[in-house]
This record gives sequence, C-alpha cells and structure tokens, in this order.
Amino acid sequence: MLAFLVSAIRLGMVFLFGSTGEILTEKSGHLNLGTPGIMCVGASCGCFAEYLYLKSVGPYASPVLAILVAVVSAFIGAALMGLLFSFLTVTLRANQNVTGLALTTLGIGISDYMIAKAGTSFGRASKFFSASLPFADDLGWFGELFLSHGVMIYLAIAVAIVCSFVLSKTRVGLNLRSVGENPATADAAGINVSRYRYVATCVGAGISGLGGLTFIMDYLNGNWEYCIDAFGWLSIALVIFTVWKPNLAIFGSIVFGALYIASSYIVGVSFAGKELFKLLPYVVTIIVLIFTSMRSRKKNQPPESLGLSYFREER
Amino acid sequence: MANAAIELKNITKTFGSVVANRDVSFTVNRGEILSILGENGSGKTTLMNMISGIYFPDSGQIFIDGKEVVIRSPKDAFDHKIGMIHQHFKLVDVFSATENIILGLKGKDKFNIKESAKKVSEISHKYGFDIDPNKMIHEMSVSEKQTVEIIKVLYRGADILILDEPTAVLTPQETQKLFAILRRMRDDGKSIIIITHKLHEVLSLSDRVSVLRKGEYVGTVNTAETNEGELTEMMVGKKISLNIHRSEPKGCEDRLLIENINCVSREGTKLLNSVSFTAKSGEILGIAGIAGSGQRELLEAIAGLQHIDSGKIIYNDPKTGEEENLRDKTPLQIRELGVRLSFVPEDRLGMGLVGNMGITDNMMLRSYRKGKTVFLERKGPHDLAEKIISELEVVTPGTETPVRRLSGGNVQKVLVGREIAAAPTVLMAAYPVRGLDINSSYTIYNLLNEQKERGVAVIFVGEDLDVLLELCDRILVIGSGCVTGLVDARTTTKEEIGLLMTKGKGEEA
Repeated sequence: MLAFLVSAIRLGMVFLFGSTGEILTEKSGHLNLGTPGIMCVGASCGCFAEYLYLKSVGPYASPVLAILVAVVSAFIGAALMGLLFSFLTVTLRANQNVTGLALTTLGIGISDYMIAKAGTSFGRASKFFSASLPFADDLGWFGELFLSHGVMIYLAIAVAIVCSFVLSKTRVGLNLRSVGENPATADAAGINVSRYRYVATCVGAGISGLGGLTFIMDYLNGNWEYCIDAFGWLSIALVIFTVWKPNLAIFGSIVFGALYIASSYIVGVSFAGKELFKLLPYVVTIIVLIFTSMRSRKKNQPPESLGLSYFREER
Repeated sequence: MANAAIELKNITKTFGSVVANRDVSFTVNRGEILSILGENGSGKTTLMNMISGIYFPDSGQIFIDGKEVVIRSPKDAFDHKIGMIHQHFKLVDVFSATENIILGLKGKDKFNIKESAKKVSEISHKYGFDIDPNKMIHEMSVSEKQTVEIIKVLYRGADILILDEPTAVLTPQETQKLFAILRRMRDDGKSIIIITHKLHEVLSLSDRVSVLRKGEYVGTVNTAETNEGELTEMMVGKKISLNIHRSEPKGCEDRLLIENINCVSREGTKLLNSVSFTAKSGEILGIAGIAGSGQRELLEAIAGLQHIDSGKIIYNDPKTGEEENLRDKTPLQIRELGVRLSFVPEDRLGMGLVGNMGITDNMMLRSYRKGKTVFLERKGPHDLAEKIISELEVVTPGTETPVRRLSGGNVQKVLVGREIAAAPTVLMAAYPVRGLDINSSYTIYNLLNEQKERGVAVIFVGEDLDVLLELCDRILVIGSGCVTGLVDARTTTKEEIGLLMTKGKGEEA
C-alpha cells in the first residue's frame, strides 16, 4: 500500500508539472494542446543537455550542477515551444487548436530525434534526481511517504503553490486572469494582452516541460522506455479535473497518478483490464465536467475567452 | 481657449476604404458636459475610441491642457486622465467590483483588495453611487455594472470622462440618477463627454452639443440656444417629420391568444408570470418594459425557442379557421403546421443571421428545405437578396459580402427583409430599430405598417416610448415577467406607461 502511494505521488508530480503549466497558459486564454509535445521536448532537452554535461565533465559531476543543467535546459526547450505557439497564435493569429496539435506532433518528432542522438539510458543522471534526504528512511512510513522523494517532486509542489498564490493574490495574477477571461476588457484597462499571453504561455510551457523531465529522471529512473505524450493529454485532462486551480491540482495529480497505476497493484488483472484501468483518469475528468456543467457555477468554469484569439481593431 | 481640457484638430480615421472620421475638430472645457450627437455610423464611437487609445488616428492632433499629446494605447489615455465608459461594458464577469476597478493598475502601494474596496466605497459616497464593492459582476444588474465602469475611471483619477450611450440600457429613473451624478461631477470640475442620439437627454443634460454627420464635424452649439428641430437638422442634414404614419386597424381578428403562460429559469426565478394577452391581425401590438423584464422570453416562447412551464399559446389559422396550440412545438413544427411566425431576435448577429455568410446564404437559412434536389438552389434566395438590397436600400458591396461586415442598420434591414419575405401572419420584432439611425428606423416602421395593412398581426417590442406611442395600436406593458397593463396607444401618456413599467418590481405578484 505504501509503495503504491509513493508511486502515485511520483507519477502524480509529472501530471502536476504538466497541468500547472497548462493552467497558467489557459488562464491567459490560450488553449495549448501542444502540451504533450512540449513535455516530450522538455524531457529530451533536459536529457540531451545532461548527456552533454556528463560527457564533458567525465566522472567528476557536481550533483547540484547536474540537476540545474537538466532543469534549466528542459525549461528553456519547452518554453521555446511555448514561444512558437504564442508567435503563431498571437502574432500570426493562427487557430489555437490546430497550432497546439501541430506542436504535439512536432514535439514528439523533436524528442525522438534527440533521444536517437543521446541514447535512451540516463541512469547516472537519474541518481542525482532521486537523491533524497538522508534521514528519510529513519522516519518509518512518514518518511517514506513525504520525505523519500527526489528534488523534482518538491519542486513540482512548490511551483504549484507559487502559481496558485500568484494567480489569486497578486496584481500580476489578477491581470493575467482578466486577459484570459475578457481580453478586450484587459486591453481597455491598459494591460498588454499580447505580452501577458506570450509570457504566460512560455513560462507555462516551461513548467510543463519539467514534467517530462521528471517522468524520465524520477519515475522511470533514467530509462527512456516509451514516448510520454500520453501524460501530456492526462495533464490537460487534469486541468479540467481541478477546475483551473493549481492548488487543487496537487491533490488531483496524486489521484490521477493513483488511478493510472492502480492496475499494477491489483493482483489478477488481465492485460486488457489494465488498459481499461488506465482509462479511469479520463472517465473521472468527464464526470467532473458533467458536474461542473450541471451546477453551472461561474466560479468553476474555464476562462471565458479560452481558445479565442484577440485582435484589438476587429469590428 | 483658456480652460480647454481637451482639443481635437483635424482628426481623420479610416477602416480600409471606409472613412469613419474626417477632419473632426472640437474642444471640451473643464467643468462642462458636452454631448456628441450623431446618427448611427456617424463616427461618434470611433472618435471617442481614438481619444481613449483603442484606435489610433490616421492624421490630426490631440491637445490636452494646451499641450499636444500622442495617445497610442488605453494606458496613455489614463496617463492623461482620460477615462471611457464603453457602450458594451468592459468588465470581467467572474471578478468582483473592486477587482474590476483596480484591474490593470500599476500601483507602487501593496496589492491589497480590502484597502481598494475601501477607496471604492469612498468614491461611491462622494458622488452618490450605490454599490457593494465585493459583489461579483455576473450577479449585477446593468445599472450596477455601469456604476462599476464609472467608478473604475474615477478611481484612476480621470478628469475627462467619456460615456458612450450610457442611457441605452437604463430605466428612466436610473437615467435621472445617472444624470444627477454626472452633474455633480461637472460641478467638481470634471469634463464629461456623452455620446447619445436621444435628443431630450442632450437638451436636459449637456452644456454644449457637437454634431457629427457621416464622420464629419457639423458644428457645436450651446444647448441653451438650440432646440430639437435644429439639432435634428444638423444631424441628418434635412428635416425629418417626426410623425410616424399610423393607419386605423382594419378587419381585426384574434390571431394569437396567449393564456397564462409561465416560464421558470434554470436558476428557479420566474421569467414569465401568468402572462395573457391577445394579438390581433391588422394591428401593431407594442410591448413596453424595462430591458430584461421578460420580453425576450415571451417572444421566444411564442416562436418555440423557450420552454414554457404552463399555459397555452393558441394560434387561429386564417386559412382553415382551426385553432393550434403552439406550446412545446419546435420552430420547425410550428412552420410545418402552416403557422408562420417571423421572428427578429434582439441579438441580430447571434440568433438571426450567420455573420460569416453572405446575404444570399442567409436567405437560404430559411428556405433551404424548399429545394427539390440534394443540391442547393441558389437562384431564388439570390433574387430575394437582390430584392431586399434594392427595396430596403441596404448598403453592401454585393450579395456575397459577409453580413458581419455590414453596419448595424444594414444587418437589421437584411434580417427584417428576410422575415417579411416569408409572408408571415404573425410578425414579431424585438428592438428592430435598436442602434439604427433615424432614416433606417423609419424604413423599418414603414415595413411594419405595411405588414399591418396586409392583415399581419405585428408584435413590436420597443424601448423608445415615443415610438411605441406613435407606431402601435395597443401597448402591452410588462414588468418583471408580469403583465402590468394594456393600454390604447392613441389615448395613453408616456407617464402612464412609465409608471406601469416600474410597477411589477417590488410588488408581490
């Protein structure tokens, strides 16, 4: 049971990164369906940079620097995808859905190429990521559940909390939400809609990208076994599940993680049955959608202009 | 001029080949209310959008306190203490009043909603507003939303306030309250520019009036030295008789009997409460009421678009003499029964027409089922489109131009033209002249009169009481979903209707 929960948390944090980034993006009014591709790019950029770094320093790698190199590269790589998305949708006014889907395909392609260059095994790098507090083992179940994790797990929660705070408690957050709700209003209030959308989308994509890195380095212990785009879609589903709130996403992500891996911990489930179990997060998301729609509370609805481009002089 | 707050010189703005403003110049002084008067499409809103930074002029200069300024964005406008209250409120629905008010502000002080809410209350007290700073926008009435808009610009310390048709959505009482507040602001030394096409408001509120016609500046007059006739002439360029033609109703039969219909919204509030009336052929039945009193729901219920919880809608078929109950029939079933209801919805582009399609295609929306083959027959609708364009003087480059590119008046003509072409026996029109200039309005009135003379039962939902009084034969007044009165338009007075309009509110019905 304990192992199941620990696993659920570790996988959940992949979703948490993905959906925190997507929430930030969606709050600005951008429906970025490129998140699966962005997470792939984040993972592969982080791995590729790590591969170059470890190759150049030989056996004397600094753990802190190793983590930093991977995290920063993953963030930048993914943020560049966000920049591409913003450029296409804000500056060139492309359709957001089409652009997002194109980015997903592109991202998967890019990551396949980079992994072909760097190999699929990052076991050495993964050691840095899975290093946990030395006294965690002495604290029994508490230590294992809360303190045994690698650095990315805590980073994910910290990022989600910071995002939640920024969105609800600061001027920047208020402005950002207004851009996603009603860009014409934000514009009339003197807020630079394009800049907010660019920045939110790039930072959001960067955060999502860290989810990809977390999956490879932490959850899979450095073995690039399969492409991770499925987790991107789940992250987007999680955004709906948590009704656009990063603080709820912390718990939501663990629920998603648990649902996704539940089949492996139940004895006697057939292969087909396992796949059925993996459907659960999507089913839950649909149920949440049904409930939020039925109650039609304004508070729990997506940002009003989600997916819509804004042009000031359009009549 | 010594105390000119803002001065415009030779402002020109074009959208593609359309000239919205040409060589417009005028000044606004400190402590004065200036009305900008003009027909629809005369460029009033475009001009104000240039002062508030939404659009940028192609040429011309703007001076504030005698100094030339460049206003490139709404932020620049704030910096020059200019605040605009738009016709369509620019508010975020899921934010509270205070959050909307402080939106976009870059204060050096700490971000503190409570402090801001306190400041909002102070401003409310100073000018006599009535607002709860923590109320969410989506829970507010139109008048409250407007109040938030006004406080928003005051909060930013605006000295020059621009109001774009602020009274269009208000009741007469709310309008009076607003005017009192505006006068208080003027006495406080603020400059107020108000855009309107209601002449009596211009005369009662403003100190001076500037008139625009087709994007050009006609002139400015002191309100005290002018009258309605002169202003109208400046506005339209020629004298228009204010008399709307009205013929005596002939051969009236009961066409539509509405009996005790009730309608409850999803939130459980009563939208229509035991509404009963009769619409007769050969007459125009006016429906008066404050916006949102249930007019829309009533028309939609008749047209089959709104579910009704109880009651009957009986239609007397003039051909067979049979009675049909329209309740809970879909719009298509209503048509198939031979019951012809032509419906001009309030929201022209939302429910009536498809904005991205041309006039021909929009005509086909009503007639495509008539085609005999699987392929579309375009000839009939195309001819109809041509006919509407020539008869109603629709200004458009062609039948295939997307209707969203047309101005409001022309869109309305297309919509009304199409509905009339269906040769209805009952024609319902909701605010068919909303946003139209005087000439287009008269075209619509004439069309409705023509239908009346043909024996059509016309139901006209209007907001201008003067028009209702002159155009209709009988006027049904509704307030908060109840019928509060049915009066003879030839003998009643404005005051009587105004009283009936406000009656439903606050009373237990």
